[in-house]
Amino acid sequence: MRNTFHEQLEQLNIELIKMGALCEQAISAATKALLEGDLALGRQACELEQEIDQRERDIESQCMKLLLRQQPVAGDLRRVSAALRMISDMERIGDQASDIAEIARDVEDSRLCSAVPMADMARAAIAMVTDSVDAFVQGDLELARTVLREDDEVDDLFLRVREELISLISAGENGSVCLDLLMVAKYFERIGDHAVNIAEWVEYSLTGHHKGGK
Amino acid sequence: MEELILSARGLNLYYGENHALKDISIDIPERRITALIGPSGCGKSTFLRTINRMNDLIPNVKITGSLTYRGQEIYAPEQDVTDLRKRIGMVFQKPNPFPMSIYDNVAYGPRTHGTRNKVKLDEIVEESLRGAAIWDEVKDRLKKSALGLSGGQQQRLCIARALAVKPDVLLMDEATSALDPISTAKIEDLAAELKNDYTIIMVTHNMQQAARISDNTAFFLLGELVEFGETEQMFSMPQDKRTEDYITGRFG
Repeated sequence: MRNTFHEQLEQLNIELIKMGALCEQAISAATKALLEGDLALGRQACELEQEIDQRERDIESQCMKLLLRQQPVAGDLRRVSAALRMISDMERIGDQASDIAEIARDVEDSRLCSAVPMADMARAAIAMVTDSVDAFVQGDLELARTVLREDDEVDDLFLRVREELISLISAGENGSVCLDLLMVAKYFERIGDHAVNIAEWVEYSLTGHHKGGK
Repeated sequence: MEELILSARGLNLYYGENHALKDISIDIPERRITALIGPSGCGKSTFLRTINRMNDLIPNVKITGSLTYRGQEIYAPEQDVTDLRKRIGMVFQKPNPFPMSIYDNVAYGPRTHGTRNKVKLDEIVEESLRGAAIWDEVKDRLKKSALGLSGGQQQRLCIARALAVKPDVLLMDEATSALDPISTAKIEDLAAELKNDYTIIMVTHNMQQAARISDNTAFFLLGELVEFGETEQMFSMPQDKRTEDYITGRFG
């Protein structure tokens, strides 16, 4: 029944997985650019960001087409509506990866990066993005709720990075680099927040309730 | 490039004094679903019936202009109407199975056109019922009366009956308006399958249905063809304000 519609919903899943994978690649490339001083990877992160923007427009048009042609209702309607919101969050994740790559270009002293748990932040942020998109595709409420817990970890890491950077500045390290690194840490923390938003859209899509709503 | 199967140029139709189709020009592509929409009395059903000359039966009808099917004038004096209707089949709003067995309903057309061979007829009946996605539901009761089927099944049987004479074009005149949503969804799925082999032109009062399944949509109003184009374009960015007003429910 309604074969075309179900094929289109499946195609939407595939496109969201692809967009999520691009976000993960962009964060990963930006992080390596920062930790290893690899300028080529920094450029790659910026190119990925443009590709993510394009995906957002493509998926948005796919969702509009679904709404227009298939007039989804109930769980299907929530699903398409959640997908439309999720891609905005993914697009912002792409922007932040690109911002990290831009800062990486200017950070001359990558030694300081290794002095703070930046790699851990990157790993945790990527895991959150992966889990939130997987939760949507698999309709896995438990996995979506895991993302909310993972966010606490990223927030804790941010505070740790901040404190350690303060200590480094007090110890006479390059203040400008330390401030750049604080910005990067904040971007990772924001990426985590966007992944939380995605997880909350998953919850809405599956249950009809917004987190904290009535 | 899409092949055109039907073309109208400056087509006018009058029921006596009533000018029911006004200067219609349209090119309908092959193996696509074309939906005809518009408020009651807009001319969409009249246009559909003009395609296989169903209006011939109505007194005082006058038709001018050109309407061609694969390049041949449908209203040329030498046109064989029986042959035309074999190529351009029709499914109506209300399922209208003949009061005979399921098998005989489907075999009716081929028999009329001269097929007598039992093996051949069996083949056609099975193929047509499969084509109309109803074979599995009726294969064990082919000799039972078609009137015992549900409305949705009857309509798919009528589609099978239309397919049995191997038409080229299938005209559907509000073919799902008398059916429940589940039967409607089955017919819509079926139409999406059938367009791989047939050209479908459907009149529908249900704009959502036009949006769901058609490739192209034609909007008729007061006998005029206001707009014709790709369905997605028409429903997202109609070119004519009258189309926008109609599909957004501002009149009609």
